[in-house]
Amino acid sequence: METSERRVISVIVINESSVLSRITDLFSARGYNITSLTVAPIPESKYSRLTIVTSGSVRVIEQITKQLHKLIPVLRVYEHEDLVEKEMAMVKFPANENIADISTLCEAYNGKIVNVGENVIIVMVADEPKRVENYLKLIKRYNPKEIVRSGAVALER
Amino acid sequence: MQISGAQMVIEALIAEEVTTVFGYPGGAIMNVYDEIYKQDGFQHILTRHEQAAIHAAEGYSKASGKVGVAMITSGPGFTNAVTGLADAYMDSIPMVVISGQVPMSLIGTDAFQEIDAVGISRSCTKHNYLVTNAADLPRVLKEAFHIAATGRPGPVHVDIPKDVTAEIAEFDYSIELNLETYKPHTKGNPRQIKKAMEAIANAKRPLFYLGGGIINANAAYEVRDLVHKTGIPVVETFMARGVLSHDDDLLIGMLGMHGSYASNMAMSETDLVIGLGARFDDRVTGKLSEFAKNAGVIHVDIDPASISKLVNADYPIVGDVKNVVNDMLALVDKVDSKKYAPWRDVIKSFDELHPLAYHEDTDRLKPQWVIERVGELLGDDANISTDVGQHQMWSAQFYPFSRPRQFISSGGLGTMGFGFPAAIGVKAAAPEKTSINFTGDGSILMNCQELMTAVEKKLPVINVILNNNFLGMVRQWQTLFYDKRHSETDLSVQPDFVKLAEAFGGIGYRVKTKEEFDAALKDAVEKNIVAFIEVIVERMENVMPMVPSGGSLFNMMLLEKKEAK
Repeated sequence: METSERRVISVIVINESSVLSRITDLFSARGYNITSLTVAPIPESKYSRLTIVTSGSVRVIEQITKQLHKLIPVLRVYEHEDLVEKEMAMVKFPANENIADISTLCEAYNGKIVNVGENVIIVMVADEPKRVENYLKLIKRYNPKEIVRSGAVALER
Repeated sequence: MQISGAQMVIEALIAEEVTTVFGYPGGAIMNVYDEIYKQDGFQHILTRHEQAAIHAAEGYSKASGKVGVAMITSGPGFTNAVTGLADAYMDSIPMVVISGQVPMSLIGTDAFQEIDAVGISRSCTKHNYLVTNAADLPRVLKEAFHIAATGRPGPVHVDIPKDVTAEIAEFDYSIELNLETYKPHTKGNPRQIKKAMEAIANAKRPLFYLGGGIINANAAYEVRDLVHKTGIPVVETFMARGVLSHDDDLLIGMLGMHGSYASNMAMSETDLVIGLGARFDDRVTGKLSEFAKNAGVIHVDIDPASISKLVNADYPIVGDVKNVVNDMLALVDKVDSKKYAPWRDVIKSFDELHPLAYHEDTDRLKPQWVIERVGELLGDDANISTDVGQHQMWSAQFYPFSRPRQFISSGGLGTMGFGFPAAIGVKAAAPEKTSINFTGDGSILMNCQELMTAVEKKLPVINVILNNNFLGMVRQWQTLFYDKRHSETDLSVQPDFVKLAEAFGGIGYRVKTKEEFDAALKDAVEKNIVAFIEVIVERMENVMPMVPSGGSLFNMMLLEKKEAK
C-alpha cells in the first residue's frame, strides 16, 4: 500500500446553491476522506473559498484535485506545499477552575479569554492545527465542558 | 421577447437545432408539453417508459454525434430516468435531460411527485441545474448544451419547477456564455507531443490502444491515418469498435476481459502503449500490476482526471484527441513503419496460435454464427445496438464493424434494457440504415414495451433475440466460478416472443436453422416494421476467450482446441 499523508487543499468555487454538496458528494462517492472543511465567501467577489484537510496517497491526492477541478463551478484548486495554516478552537471551562492558569495557557497558544460568566469561562485559541491539538491535550486537567474546533484555513506563502 | 418558461424551453431547443426529443409527459412538465403540442420545430417521440426515453436519446446521440434530448416529469418520471443518466455519464454521451419539478412553493414539503431530483442526479451527471427563475432559463439551457457537448461530453440535467415554466420573462438566446470556471483544455502540449513522437520512434514494440473518446471527438479517420502512416498495430476497447475497419491489417482486435488472445498478448508484450481516448477501465486492464508491465505509456485524453488515474502515464497529454492526433501526424515522418515489421509478425503468430473462433459442434445454432451472419448479410448497411450480456460480447467480437458510430452499446454501466430503446433512437437518427438490436432473452424483457414506440413512430428496429433460456453471462460465471450452481439464472419460463411482437403490431419469427434465420432477416428488412427474430441458440455456450475477473491479461481461459471452424 502507498502511504497516506495529510494534505491541505483550497478550492475556489462560485458561491451558488448546492456547490458545497457537489464537493462533499464527490468525496463520499469516490471514497476520499475529509478531516476538516471550512467555507466562507471571498469578500467582494462571487466566489467562496473552501479549505479541505484530507489524507491519502500521492495518487489519491492527485485524483482528488483533478476530480475537484472537473466540477463545473470550481474555479481553482490549490494543493498546498508551503503554507501558513491556522485553526481556531473555543473551549468552555467551569468558572471554578483556576482562571489564571487557564489564561496563561491560552496566551501561550495565541489565545485569550473571550467570556467570563457566572458559571463558565470561554477561551479561544488560534494557532497551527498541531499546536491546537497540543493545547486541547494540555487543558484536560481543567475539566473543559465543551470544545469546538473551526477546522483549518490556509494560505500559500 | 417576453414569453413563458415553457415557451423558452421550446425556443431554446429550436435554437440548438434539436430535431428530435424523446420523452414522457406528466403533471409537473405539462406546461412544456402544452407548448410542444403547439410547435412544429422538432418531433417528439413518446416512449413508453422514462428510462427508454433516455436510452433512446443516448442511441440518437451516439449515432448522430449530436446532443441527445429527453424530457420527463418530476418524481417517478425522474427516478425512472436515473438509470439512463448514469448510463450516459459512464459512457460520456452528450445529453440534455429536462425534468419537471413541483412548484417552488411546494419544494421541500414532500409534495405529490416531489423528489430532490438535482440531489439524485448530482452524482450521475456532468452538471445539473435547478432553475428557480424563468429569467435564468435562456442562460441555463445554453450552458447545458455547451457543457454537455464540450470537453469530456456527458449528460446535463435541468430541473424546472412547474411555476417557473408558467412564469413570463425576457428571452434572449443570443447571450454570450461566460463560463469562467469551465474551460476545457483542447489543445495538447506541443512539447509533450514531440516527446511522445520521439518515444514512438524509439520503441520496438509500440501498440495503439484506442478508446471511445476517439468516436466522441469524431477523430476516427485521423486516427486511421496515423495508424497507417506509422504501421503500428492496434487494439481497440469495446467502446472503440469501428474506429478501424474490421478488415484493417493493423487491427489486432478488441482487448480486455473478452478480448482476443492476440490483443491481450500484444498488450502484455508491448514496450509502449499509445492510449488515445481510452481510460484503462478494469474490464480492459485485468490485474493492474501486471498490465503492460514493461511498457512506457502515452496517454492522450480530454479529461485530466483520466490520466494517471489507474495506470501511470509517462507522456500525459491533455487535449482533444482529434487535435492531438493531427499534431502527431505533422511529426509522423520521424517514425519508420518498417521498423515494426518483426513486432507485427510476433502479433500475427499470437493470432495464429489462438484466433478468435467458435465451434459449430451442436445441433442448435451458435450465437456467434448469427452475429457473423448478420454481418455478412448487412455489414456496413446496419447500425448495431446491443443489450448487455453474452450477446453483447459476441457482437463486439464477431460483427464486422467498418465505421465509427456503427456500434452502440452500454459499456461503462452495463445496462440491461439499453439496446431496444437505443436502437429506436439510432433509427431516428439514421433512418437510411437498418437498425439491428442484438439482445438476449433476459435483456429484451427489460424494455420490451418499446415495441409500441417503434410501431407508432414507424421506427422499424430489428431485434435479434439470441435465446438460450438463460441469463447467459451470469450463468457462464456460475458455471465457471460457482461450481455450476445456476442460481436464479434459468429463464426456461418465457413469453411467446412471436406473439409478444405481434400483440404490439410488430412482426415475430422463431428460427432454429440457418435457412430459417436468413429468411426471417430478409423478410424483416423487406417488411420494414419492428421485428423480433427469436433465435434458439445453444444453451451452454460461453464467451471465450476470457480473463477471469482480477486476473492478468496474458492468463486467459481459451476456447478448447477442436477442429476449429
